[in-house]
Order: sequence, then structure tokens, then C-alpha cells
Amino acid sequence: MKDRVVVTGMGVVAPNANGVREFESALRDGRSGVRRIPLLEELKFGCQVAGVPQETDPIAQDLFSAEERMAMSAGMVFASIAAVEAWRDAGFSRPSAEDDSVDWETGAIIGTGIGGIDVIGRKLVPFTDAGRVRRLGSTCVEQVMASSASAKIAGLFGLGNQVTCNSSACSTGAEAIHLAAERIAAGRATRMLAGAVEGDSHYIWAGFDGMRVLVRNGNDNPAAASRPMSAHAAGFVPAAGAGVLLLEQLESALARGARIHAEILGGHVNCGGQRQGGSMTAPNPDGVRRCIRGALRAAAIEPHQVDAISGHLTATMADPLELRNWARALDRGAAELPPITSTKSLIGHALGAAGAIEAVAAVLMVRERFVHRSLNCEVLHPKIEPYAASVVQRTRKMEQLNIILKAAFGFGDVNSCLVFRHWDA
Amino acid sequence: MTRQDVMNKVIEIVRPFVKDSAALSAVTAKTSILDDLKVNSARLVDIVLAFEDEFDIEVEDEDADRVETIGDATELVFAKVA
Repeated sequence: MKDRVVVTGMGVVAPNANGVREFESALRDGRSGVRRIPLLEELKFGCQVAGVPQETDPIAQDLFSAEERMAMSAGMVFASIAAVEAWRDAGFSRPSAEDDSVDWETGAIIGTGIGGIDVIGRKLVPFTDAGRVRRLGSTCVEQVMASSASAKIAGLFGLGNQVTCNSSACSTGAEAIHLAAERIAAGRATRMLAGAVEGDSHYIWAGFDGMRVLVRNGNDNPAAASRPMSAHAAGFVPAAGAGVLLLEQLESALARGARIHAEILGGHVNCGGQRQGGSMTAPNPDGVRRCIRGALRAAAIEPHQVDAISGHLTATMADPLELRNWARALDRGAAELPPITSTKSLIGHALGAAGAIEAVAAVLMVRERFVHRSLNCEVLHPKIEPYAASVVQRTRKMEQLNIILKAAFGFGDVNSCLVFRHWDA
Repeated sequence: MTRQDVMNKVIEIVRPFVKDSAALSAVTAKTSILDDLKVNSARLVDIVLAFEDEFDIEVEDEDADRVETIGDATELVFAKVA
């Protein structure tokens, strides 16, 4: 018998909002966080817009000492802010500087797709190439190691259970939540901070721009640049931020009277093997469908019980294929697909962090029983037209919203899918 | 620059790295940077780099390794700027 797992804390740093409360209203209002980035124009990027969290410096100054901030990459800052919010939201306070105790029952899985490349680009490479290695000082390694965010977060709260970083490209955030939930379900931890982060750095986005997978015709109208499912979808908008959930064993949450945001019924991760149409950069459709069905099986949910979908939906040519995969995996005709939305239409694609930030959105939607609008898809892609009734053009209240699926797919042909259920106290 | 001037600047450079700020208010030449001020030992490297920038000096690693107290740091820098 597996332990049941619930969400008792949430934190988010997103391009359209800092903090969960503000994020919920941004979702409901369909507020875009995509902005023009002058540096990208200066550097001759094709895509000169991005979704970058705003005004995070004052929050970081309030939460972390000058010494801590000196040793934090952009991603570490975003992840730590989100983790502190999730921790407090769950009813815990930050340990004092004198508190030497370790919480052996709580861990953290905080993933990243690319990591601290802002520090690599700004410091490590130029200093090393200039023969000035000595000037790197003591803070470089802890900012560029893949596990920098999870390591920092462990120190903030004295975590003593598993503390690690997963990385599976744009599937990372949802995968982290799945891995953490499995650990709790298996009885190996009572609580886990789970999520992912991506820093804001032109060095992260450059490679994607070079691939021509970023949108190049949205520079003059940033809020309309991210267009998942649209006939005018022309590539994704790069983004940054962090999403963190505090997952908890149900018994523990009930015993301490914690507020439960939602239950995570189950999830699944897999890889399409880069076969049958899959490649390093494209999904094997069978892999995607197996992942979705695997998540439903793990959650003991039948396809017809799914009420809403938070898609991966990036605004590339993969969107029509994704819709078809959802319909087939849920065994429904195009006209019967549950309401589906793309949080990326509001904030862009936060790469490794996307699945985690969007999981926060999914939990909010299932808790408050609404589905936020998907922006910029008034004219649907012809292959998505048959699903028109399911595409959420206006934020809608759904009194019966009980089950929402959150999926994330990534380079390497990797997939993840989570099943959240509304919690009735 | 007097020895006291150097020590005052040394304290200001060390200040952001100090975990026990109460100890900083009673700092003397004998105050241990690691034990009393609770500075993370890895950060000594960054403190020495800050000395180099602030005083426009170069500090050999062997000399830096001998620094334990605020007084040690002050003497190290004072000998180079005096």
C-alpha cells in the first residue's frame, strides 16, 4: 500500500507574477509576462522577447544575506525565493541561524534544464581564458554545479532526506515532482520540496535561437509573441523562473492540520527512445501516449474522468501532434477532448522550469476549479480546428473540475505527466 | 594610511561575510575571522581578493593561508601599503 501524497505548499517566480497569489490572478486575467529584451536586439538574436521574472532583487535582498546572494546564480535566486514561499505556505518557518538541527524526513528534488550558465558565461569562461583562474574566488563552483539550486535550498531549511537535482530538458520540472512524489509514496520521506528552475540568460537562449526554434516575428508585440495552438505559431518564447511544490505524505499533512491544495494521485515518466518518429528534438507519439496512460494507471483514473489538461504546448509545429496524442491517449474524439490550455501562452517557455511553474498553475486551477485562458490562439492551427471547443479562449469556471493532467515533454524524447485531484477537506 | 585605517577597511571588507554580526560590534585585532565571526572558511579566498582590489596589492597564497585574525589581516595589508 503506497502512502498518499498531497500538496501543502507552493511557491512561484514567474515572468507574469512573483508569488502564488499574484500568479493566480495573472492566470485568471490572462496576463502576459513576455517583454522585449534590449540585450537580445543588441546581440542580433532573431527572437528579441522573453519571459523574465521582474523585481526579484528586492525579494532576494529581503530573504538572503549579502554573502548568500554573492554566491547565487540567477537560477539559485529564483529557486530559493520559490522554495521559501512554498515552505512558509506549508506552515513552516525558516530555521534561525543558531538552529543546528537537521530535518531528516524532508528532502528536495529541484531540477534544471541548463543550470548556472549565466555565471559560466559572465565569469568562468572569460576569467579562465584570460589566465585569471585565481580571480574566480570561492563562489564559482557552487553557482555552476548542476545541483546548485537543490543544494542551496537544503541549506536554507536544514534538509536531511534526499537532496538532488534532476535534468531532462523541458520535462525536468514535472519529472522532479513525479520523482519526489514517488519517494514519499514509497515511505522514504515525509515531505519533499519539488520543482525546477531556469535562470534568465541570453547564453541559455542563444542555442535555441540558433536552432530557429524561437519565435522571430513577435519582437514588436511581445504580449502576442507566444502563440501556442495558433495558426500563426512560429516558435516559442524563451523564459525563466521557478516553481516549487511542497509535497507531503497525507497522514502527516492531516496530523498537523496543514492546508491541502490538491492531491497528487500519480504520474509517469518515460522516453520514446528516439524511434518511431522520435528524435533528439521530436517526440515519438507512442511514447507520449504511453506516458499519459501510464500516469492515469498510476493514479487509478480512467480516461473519461479527466476534466482538464495543462498541455506542454510551446507554439511550435509539435502542438497539433500534441493535441492528437492527448485525444488518442484519452480515447476521445477531437470534439470530446477536455478543456486544454497552455500556460506558455502567458509566460513563454521556461525550459527546465516549465513543468514546475505550470504544475503550480495546474494545482491552482484544480483547487479553485477554473481553467485559465490560452492567449493568442484566436485563429487556431488548421489541424487544431477540430478541437476548437476544447481550447480555452476565455478563462472559465469549471464547478466539476476534479482531475487535471499536467504534461511536459523534452529534448531527448522524454516525457512526464502528473495527475492532480481537487482536495475536498 | 595608518594601521587603524587599514584595520577599519579590513573590517568593512569582512563585514558582508560575517554570520555573527554581534561579534563584529566588539571586534579587536585578536578576533578570529572563522571562530568568532563565523565566516565560512571557503570565503577567505574572496576576502583576500577583496583586499587586493581595495588596497591595490597582491597577496601570495602562502601569506593568505596564515591569516586567522583581523589583526593578521591588518598586518598583512599594512606591510604592503605602508
